[in-house]
Amino acid sequence: MEDTKKNLNVEKAQVPETAGAERTKDRTVFIPAVDILEDANNLYLYADMPGANDKGVNITLENDVLTIEAQVDGVSFEKHNTTYTEYGIGDYHRAFTLNEAFERDKIEAKMKNGVLSIVLPKAEAVKTRSIPIKAG
Amino acid sequence: MITIERPSWRWDPWKEMDRMQREVSSIFTLPRPRRVASFPPLNIHSGDEDVIITSEIPGIDPADVDLTVTGDTLTIKGTRKPHEVKEGLTWHRRERGSGDFFRTVQLPYAVDAGKVQADYVNGVLKIVLPRAEADKPRKITVKPAS
Repeated sequence: MEDTKKNLNVEKAQVPETAGAERTKDRTVFIPAVDILEDANNLYLYADMPGANDKGVNITLENDVLTIEAQVDGVSFEKHNTTYTEYGIGDYHRAFTLNEAFERDKIEAKMKNGVLSIVLPKAEAVKTRSIPIKAG
Repeated sequence: MITIERPSWRWDPWKEMDRMQREVSSIFTLPRPRRVASFPPLNIHSGDEDVIITSEIPGIDPADVDLTVTGDTLTIKGTRKPHEVKEGLTWHRRERGSGDFFRTVQLPYAVDAGKVQADYVNGVLKIVLPRAEADKPRKITVKPAS
């Protein structure tokens, strides 16, 4: 395997402004870093969305497109001047095309410590079955 | 003012050039490769009484973070654990990093280490570092000559 370990030192990537129509809110929108894994029964998605809580997250599955969005309420400190910044605060948006059928009613999502995790159970019909080969 | 109306069916070299320019410039606005930065990224907010440092460290156990303050230096140390790789799991994408992190920050003034407070909410670590009493500026009144 080429990269088994991913470097931690990566900057947040922004959603380019030219991607489709403009947003009504004048806020920076970031592309959350994700890990997507699969096993025989489920597809697992983990997205880093620091600053977002469970109420601000919006997950939609329309046709084959899974969209994850999160609104982040930036904190401002009165009586303090921001003297140094290494990261920007903004919303998150990312969409994926799923090329399999999933049990839509059984999709589970949770938000913990700024990480969104989604478990998408595969539909019975598409679960892989191993087909035994009979000796002739 | 003279306006020249071009019939819409006619091939327009200017429009064509516009279109080509848009096409070329769109190549440069595609998502850029992620820049390498220090982890965890820090924002520093300074006030008269204290310094607030916020840091985005999603998906860690707060118990895995080690904060130490000595004089005017803050050290953040910790680990972000990788996924448990179970049998039968295959990767589609792997963008989230894992591993140990370590950062040292020089603060604008000496800090009262006993009063430092930190919390971790929604993946954001917030550290409030009050200025040491001995380090605070003192107002000196000038006495008039008697």
